[in-house]
Amino acid sequence: MSSLDLAEAVLLGILLVTALAITRARSLFVAAMLGGLFSLVTASLFVLLDAVDVAFTEAAVGAGISTVLFITALALTNSQEATTPRRRVIPAGLVAVLATAGLIYASFDLPGVGDPDSPVQTHPITDTYLRESQQDLHVPNTVTGVLASYRGYDTLGEVVVIFTAGIGVLLLMLGPRRPADEARDRAYLQAEYRVLRVVSKTLMPFILLFALYVLLHGEYGPGGGFQAGVIFGAGFILYTLMFGLAAVQRVLPMRTLVVLVAVGVLIYAGVGVATMALGGGFLDYNEFNPGNPSGGQVAGILLIEVGVGITVAAVMVAMFYSLIRRGVRR
Amino acid sequence: MTATHYTYWIIFALMMIGLYAVMSHGNLVKKLIGLNIFQVAVFMFFISLGRVDGGSPPIITEGIEVYSHPLPHVLILTAIVVGVATTSVGVAIAIRIYEAYGTVEEDNALARDAAEEAAE
Amino acid sequence: MISQLPALQVVVPLVSAAGCVLLRSAFGAWLLFSFAAAASLVTAVVLTVQVWDGDVIRYEMGGWPAPAGIELVIDQANVVVLLLLGVIAVIAAAYGRRSIEVEVPLRRVRMFYAALCLLLTGLLGIAVTGDAFNLFVFLEISSLSSYALIALGRRRRALLAAFQYLVIGTVGGTFLLIGVGLAFAVTGTLNMADLADRLPGVAGNRAVTGAVVFIFVGLAIKMAVFPLHAWLPGAYSEAPSVVGVVLAAVGTKVAIYAFARFAFTVFGIDVVFTDLPIGEAILVVGSLAMLAGAGVACFQQDFKRLLAWSSIGQVGMIVTGIGLATASGVSAAYLHIINHAIIKGALFAAAGILLLRLGSTSLDSMAGLGRRMPLTFGAVVVAGLGLIGVPPTAGFASKWAMAAALVEDDQWLILAVMLASSLLAMVYVGRIVEVGWFRTPANLDGQTLQNSEQATAGANPGAVRVHEQTSLLMAGSVALLAVASVYFGIDASLPSGLADGAARILTGGSAP
Repeated sequence: MSSLDLAEAVLLGILLVTALAITRARSLFVAAMLGGLFSLVTASLFVLLDAVDVAFTEAAVGAGISTVLFITALALTNSQEATTPRRRVIPAGLVAVLATAGLIYASFDLPGVGDPDSPVQTHPITDTYLRESQQDLHVPNTVTGVLASYRGYDTLGEVVVIFTAGIGVLLLMLGPRRPADEARDRAYLQAEYRVLRVVSKTLMPFILLFALYVLLHGEYGPGGGFQAGVIFGAGFILYTLMFGLAAVQRVLPMRTLVVLVAVGVLIYAGVGVATMALGGGFLDYNEFNPGNPSGGQVAGILLIEVGVGITVAAVMVAMFYSLIRRGVRR
Repeated sequence: MTATHYTYWIIFALMMIGLYAVMSHGNLVKKLIGLNIFQVAVFMFFISLGRVDGGSPPIITEGIEVYSHPLPHVLILTAIVVGVATTSVGVAIAIRIYEAYGTVEEDNALARDAAEEAAE
Repeated sequence: MISQLPALQVVVPLVSAAGCVLLRSAFGAWLLFSFAAAASLVTAVVLTVQVWDGDVIRYEMGGWPAPAGIELVIDQANVVVLLLLGVIAVIAAAYGRRSIEVEVPLRRVRMFYAALCLLLTGLLGIAVTGDAFNLFVFLEISSLSSYALIALGRRRRALLAAFQYLVIGTVGGTFLLIGVGLAFAVTGTLNMADLADRLPGVAGNRAVTGAVVFIFVGLAIKMAVFPLHAWLPGAYSEAPSVVGVVLAAVGTKVAIYAFARFAFTVFGIDVVFTDLPIGEAILVVGSLAMLAGAGVACFQQDFKRLLAWSSIGQVGMIVTGIGLATASGVSAAYLHIINHAIIKGALFAAAGILLLRLGSTSLDSMAGLGRRMPLTFGAVVVAGLGLIGVPPTAGFASKWAMAAALVEDDQWLILAVMLASSLLAMVYVGRIVEVGWFRTPANLDGQTLQNSEQATAGANPGAVRVHEQTSLLMAGSVALLAVASVYFGIDASLPSGLADGAARILTGGSAP
């Protein structure tokens, strides 16, 4: 077995143990943190499986955003412990076993992992995505090429999913402001976490700059709109944690965020409408520069990535704001 | 053949541990965590379909001939976003349930509803 | 412009959703949603005319040819769904103006309309797509917006119902994803037409079997097929009334279409129904659903919950038609998709009116309704007759078609089940009639009753304030749907034509 296979086996083993530990854990805090660990190890596994863009996103979203969401949920629901009721164990176990059996049965006719002659690898679109894309798009990161151009409609759907989640959370979490809440916003950080405050103030511009870099460099290396949006949002979330809601809302108030959430979607859909107006199909970037189609492709891809980044960042921060503002209410 | 299939089987085991966690627990937050594990395992399954022995990440570079397939990566990028979107809406609803019922244990909340109905 | 219609069908509601968020006023949001609904209907009508003779419209997204890119496919099988979505959206817009004013706090109304636009976008996206993964994405859009919309119901039980739906629905969506993944693994493609070309080449493949089973189970959860129906009664009964109208009319129907598309177009009748016992399994669960749905409905104390259980039974009947895998079976199923949408839409809309006027949807509060609100109650009775299948309602037309399809396939046992479920429907509709016409309210003085309702409404923070008058638009919507449910029973040529066309495309045969 090569060293890579060994590393994969080790990571998969860690994942199995972690998953079992999460199921058995009584403390919810432990379960949430182990969930973050699970996502991080998965991200490492993705790197070994050559999925670098996915690893990037999984680390940012799975280990980052999801863990923040779970910890916030625990804080706002005062919950500490969870035990499995006896009566649920049997039916749940039955379903799990049946489904596993079905999957294993199906797997016997699956191509082996890594097989270069599998139907996935030998389908003509593989050539389209890996070779033809270089002439048509001139974008070395083929994942970005497929995501933003060939399957751009799916990515529009993805942005709409994030938009929907943002709308959903805002609908559920936003409520009337009370004087007690205002006071709490101001006196957010009582203790003197001086080291944290200095470090986060120093890091903040670099985080935002890195987000911009990830956005613009997404065509040449791992990255793109989503990862950039998540990192940008994370920067603001860090600032909120350190300096309080009142301070950060002087720069980025909720109203602006709500507008930005919609603006990103409109930019993306607007690109599609523009290409229709120019005579082509929806999201046909060639129409931007009929004489030099690949130039049009680059322009289109950049525009929609910006739209994606704006919506994702705004939704992340808006969701966090609304959860924090909710506080513990009984 | 079976040697390479071990990877699939471990991934299936992870999926089912997640599914079991979702179904067997009554705590709403724990359910969401289990759901997360279930979905991440499905992502692993898709990514393993795109892998090629001796390949490298699908970023076209001078000198490299064999690349892993970019399509599963694109699909999973979308799926990850869908997953976190679901988690966030779930967390929001769970917080509201806590405010309304005082508990995030499904059984307790249902019992409270049943008591309310009996009193009507 | 005409050639861009398939894309516009999805893009217009999508952009409207973003627009609703940016607007300042609730009225503006309502206007935008109404515009999106009207545009969807008009687009659907034009597309129907274009595919009337069996043509198929293919639209390449991004200008990339399938299977490298994503394509939209419009044919007679999904144009029916588009029409239905357009009609229900327009009715929801008209109905929702007052209903949302009453049931949703003012500061949430703009986002509520945005969420409704997103629900419409998701459902339309499922209906037009020709790509398996794209279907999953739009399914999640419609699901996420549903979870949030249901959670905004007036009682705290809406939150629990929404959470339960979220967990079960996400598991279902993930099962669908697993199935698509298995199919992708053995063919290398996600495009439905390409899958249909390549799958016969791997016939007998166990991964394909796995794919079919997982896709079926995943969609079965979304269709609320017994025994995976647990989420539906809570979700339908606790949701705000306009959401109940939309979900009950079209929510599960789109999932049924998705399943039919996968079963007939992608995998093909041979793989799904001949090689695997999926057809038999569907007939079994469909029959169980018909009996359980109608049976449990008889015991319900709340009007909306009764309707929800009735829906479970009706969906069982529709799914049975699909399970027959014959042209007449599928045609009967599509016919009932249309007719049931009209009937249930009318009933849930009437329930919203009850909420507006009475502050409650419990059967007890409906005592003497036949005298107090004769027109609304009349509509309820007419629609209820459609549920039983009394001629000349549309419900009778679809039950007749289903019976004919069952006889043609020698399914006598299932025919007996269907008749039994109609008898049970008579029981629960009879209960409603009995409460409305033959019971008198506790206080013969109607004014006092309303005041006492108001008093309880004030005490209970989740209750809706009682209003004196039904809005014209709400009453009009109910009336329109109730009249349609009878009209399409007398003259079923339009729905039958649409249903037969769909069946022809899907099964390749013609219904007699």
